[in-house]
Amino acid sequence: MSSASRKREKQVSPNILTLVRSYLIRHIQVFFYSLGQLSRTPVSTLMTCMVIGIALALPTGLHVLLKNAQQLSGGWESTAQISVFLKKNIQSSQAKKLKSDIQAWPDVISIHYISREQALKEFQTLSGFGDALKALDANPLPSVLIVKPKLSKNSEQATQRLLNKLRNLPQTDKAQLDMQWVKRLYAIMNIVERGVQILGFLLALAVLLVVGNTIRLAIQNRRKEIVVMKLIGGTDAFIRRPFLYTGFWYGLFGGLIAWILVSFTMLTISSPIEKLTTLYQNPFELDNVSFLTTSILLLSSILLGLAGSWFAVGRHLREIEPQ
Amino acid sequence: MIRFVNASKRYSSGFDALQNVNFHLAPGEMAFLTGHSGAGKSSLLKLIALLERSSRGQVVVNNQNLAKVPRRRIPYFRRNIGIIFQDHQLLFDRTVYDNVALPLIIAGFSSRDIGKRVRAALDKVGLLGKEKKYPITLSGGEQQRVGIARAIVNKPPLILADEPTGNLDPELSAEIMGLFQDFSDVGVTVLVATHDIALISQLPYRVLTLKEGKLIGDTGSETGLTSGGNS
Repeated sequence: MSSASRKREKQVSPNILTLVRSYLIRHIQVFFYSLGQLSRTPVSTLMTCMVIGIALALPTGLHVLLKNAQQLSGGWESTAQISVFLKKNIQSSQAKKLKSDIQAWPDVISIHYISREQALKEFQTLSGFGDALKALDANPLPSVLIVKPKLSKNSEQATQRLLNKLRNLPQTDKAQLDMQWVKRLYAIMNIVERGVQILGFLLALAVLLVVGNTIRLAIQNRRKEIVVMKLIGGTDAFIRRPFLYTGFWYGLFGGLIAWILVSFTMLTISSPIEKLTTLYQNPFELDNVSFLTTSILLLSSILLGLAGSWFAVGRHLREIEPQ
Repeated sequence: MIRFVNASKRYSSGFDALQNVNFHLAPGEMAFLTGHSGAGKSSLLKLIALLERSSRGQVVVNNQNLAKVPRRRIPYFRRNIGIIFQDHQLLFDRTVYDNVALPLIIAGFSSRDIGKRVRAALDKVGLLGKEKKYPITLSGGEQQRVGIARAIVNKPPLILADEPTGNLDPELSAEIMGLFQDFSDVGVTVLVATHDIALISQLPYRVLTLKEGKLIGDTGSETGLTSGGNS
């Protein structure tokens, strides 16, 4: 080969350092180029992102609600309480005396006295039957002692013993342990949790398919471009790149929309829930989407977007060959 | 630069597009490939650009036996060939500049280099002022010259052209051929497939003639004789 053509040969490809630098620059360019491509068709892009967002918002929202429910009820099992309904003829002073007696028992952590008047007032605000109750001559409600048993290893037996002891008091009309329903609630929540997981899995699959299909259409639309790229020496990685970044953006925006939907819903229902829990004398502030949940949501939606486009590109890019 | 040894191409339908083709094109040589449509011109170019592979025989391009180029190396192989198409194969949603820059972007040149080279290539084909235009706003001859600029922008040692003057009037065709002559003069190997006998008969270059997949005519090359073993 002549020296002239050898010189030309050298110019044909840039050196390694330039290659690495322009490779990185190229990635950044494609990163924003694919975003620009999406912004050219804002309506269809938004629709795709909304589909992804709604699909992901459903399991995320249920997850957040479930977490809140678990947190709310988390303390219940450990603070199983015994409601001791006193006989109607027990006077307030007698009840207070009884309260301090029981307080001294070694297997009692705390005790709370609700007088008949308090009980009535509570019932009025809580039940909405306020006016109807006013029609009654006398207060139908008994006074109540709420006893929290001390917990130990064999707390179940100990609690049972305490319950019997309270039942046998002469002042007691009725004593009941509120435990069974807590256990049932936990069982139900376990089922719901499993359901949310299955729903999440199915909807993640749906997101994968939505992104895959969208990217497949994008590939069809840009068939000619792909052919030209292949003709002039574009590698598969080069041709794949913009589609993968497009999938990335779909995932990111879908995840953000899901986050907005869930956060907004939580904000909307938080004040009624607060009101409700206040009525139950158990003020509870609804936790919004946590940072961890947000990170997991965004990460998984981005991964789903990437995976969906990866499958679509892998399947369809090879089919397009210059003729 | 290009060597065909008993190369044949049979399609899965059983049609023989090329049969036992033998020729050698030396580096820097310019030649025309001619014959009626369906004679196998396009098939021959496709074998050289690895758009298809030969069914039998050997094709060697730029010292590479094409049978031994794996699929994933094909893009790198094609970067050393500038291909020019009858239908230009331009991207109509990009400017002239972006079209011509594409091979350089693919090869990973820096943007400063790209600007220099794109302008040099556009200058070469006489389109320097039109880099911001979109191909659709250009005439057929101008579009073809954009295609040529794209083919030469990374200075490949080999240029293939498939009916580059197919849709152009004689005057424009002669202009395009003039460009190919210029490339050949600076050492680029050029192979032009065309059925425009009137045009090529005026030019002093080697002519390969195909008929029904067989090479029936070769006017021979002067340079090929001196550097025959060095393809």
